[in-house]
Amino acid sequence: MERYIYLILLPLGGAFIIAALNAAVKSRDTRDITSDIIANLITLAMAGIALTSFGINGSYSVGGWPVPLGINIAADGFSILMLATVNTIAFCATLYSINYMDQYTSKSHYYSLFLLMLTGMNGVLLSGDLFNLFVFIEIASISSYALVGFGTEAEELEASFKYMVMGGIASTFILLAVAILYSSFGVLNMANISQAISVSSQTPLLKFSLFLFIAAFSIKAAIIPFHAWLPDAHPAAPAPVSAMLSGVLIKTLGIYAMTRIIMNIFAADVSILAPLGIISIMLGVLLALGQTDMKRLFAYHSVSQVGYIILGISLGTPLGILGGLFHLVNHSIFKSLLFLNSGAVAYRLGTRELNEMGGLNKVMPITGGTSFIASLSIAGMPPFNGFFSKLIIILACVQSGHPGFALWAVAGSILTLSSFMKVQKFAFFGKLAEKHKQIKEAPLMMSISVVILAVLCIATSLLVLPKVKNIVLQPAVDAVLSGAGYAKIIR
Amino acid sequence: MIYVMCLALFVVGLYGICCKKNLIKIILGFIIMDYAVNLFIILIGYRKNGIAPILDKTMDVNKFALSSVDPMPQAIVLTAIVIGLAVTALMVAVCVRIYERYGTFDITKIRKLKG
Repeated sequence: MERYIYLILLPLGGAFIIAALNAAVKSRDTRDITSDIIANLITLAMAGIALTSFGINGSYSVGGWPVPLGINIAADGFSILMLATVNTIAFCATLYSINYMDQYTSKSHYYSLFLLMLTGMNGVLLSGDLFNLFVFIEIASISSYALVGFGTEAEELEASFKYMVMGGIASTFILLAVAILYSSFGVLNMANISQAISVSSQTPLLKFSLFLFIAAFSIKAAIIPFHAWLPDAHPAAPAPVSAMLSGVLIKTLGIYAMTRIIMNIFAADVSILAPLGIISIMLGVLLALGQTDMKRLFAYHSVSQVGYIILGISLGTPLGILGGLFHLVNHSIFKSLLFLNSGAVAYRLGTRELNEMGGLNKVMPITGGTSFIASLSIAGMPPFNGFFSKLIIILACVQSGHPGFALWAVAGSILTLSSFMKVQKFAFFGKLAEKHKQIKEAPLMMSISVVILAVLCIATSLLVLPKVKNIVLQPAVDAVLSGAGYAKIIR
Repeated sequence: MIYVMCLALFVVGLYGICCKKNLIKIILGFIIMDYAVNLFIILIGYRKNGIAPILDKTMDVNKFALSSVDPMPQAIVLTAIVIGLAVTALMVAVCVRIYERYGTFDITKIRKLKG
């Protein structure tokens, strides 16, 4: 199980090495190139470790102290699936940053914050201890607050402050809930708490802490009505950071942590989340329809697509959870791709307003082509990955006796399609403006990174094949469904 | 009783964040809320007339366990204070930069985003 500890140690070490280099090396060019190389090697290594870990479950006690005295890290199917997603997207985002972040000063600060955010996310996925979960959530959140305000323009600072206040309230709620659980059971280990809860009665105090957890993680996952920070924060960040925030951060800190705590620790009924999911799907997509800022539109779609994931998981049936987790993986791929594309457009045009674009397919064929693939995926067109996951969620709704939910999910999907038709029509098809004739394709590394993600958009639809599904998705579904059985992987 | 006061402190902080118009007052509200939780964690481990949780060779382990305070919340609260410090420092830093850009701390005037 020692391999998992590297997923936390590598980025943490890298972050401090890059920060130290920043102080030691005088020349800015050398500093930028070395930090590029270090960050990319680290994320590549981590993606390698995470992608070869399927099926390796187990736990590891840090420092050799046995549970419940020591801190342990634990990996089951659910965490492994999330680790693979997070680290793959992180690698694409750092590859993209090589060219993109040239517009900003202090690239090395950016990489150190980025790697710290990655440390936090991997830590959240691996932590087997409630207080450590909180610490890692804070590491990831604090670095993401700083990254949102990285440009230090007026709007970015405002968005960052708003995000910070909302995120700070959520974190305080989590800490309070953890404290309440500690006061009830006297242990912090998730497995031990899960065993203790399964034999104890549901006191009001436990219900209160469950309520605090749900509220806090709903803020982190930006489920409507807790979404107010997301449409400001995600567009304000630099494009690779938006890709990370929308693609994986809201899922790791929000959905993963919420599912883990509700299903595995409290083993509680999650059906209360289904209406929230439906409201998120519909309101998110309706708000997105009215936007003309490209990144803001994508950000509202994140709210809407997170609604699908929540809807799938809250059904509680094996098929529903399968659909939810499958959509989680798919959404992180195509939404990062869309944000990276919007970054490429902004890099060349200097604007994110859809009204000022048009005909970009003629001058930026790679960006145009990949964003077309991503748009079809998010809208749920076969044979792309989004189609299969939405289909599974809709089937699961019908199968579990909620045809009404299925209807809303279909309606949301149609509205998504129409809103992405708008993006495609305004930005990539139509007439090319005279002043944009001289525009070139996005730089090499940015193009490579979006092509990798576009290939993944098609490749992940293979996950529906039973053979692949049994290796990748099924262990995750089993882990979520096992409820309090989570405790068994701790030795 | 003391738990109720702790909760009251928490609510005061939440009120500050939700209802105040000044950025600095929002930050103060956040700090109050954070410290209410820290106080709560310390109270969990508190024991009246308890001794410091340091085991001496001359002490009996069972008697020690009955009379010492719980060291775990103290360890937790140290970490929580450091995290709170980091968040507060970042908030104040962003707040200073916002003042440079907008020339005001009033959130009703800082509205370039539609939200």
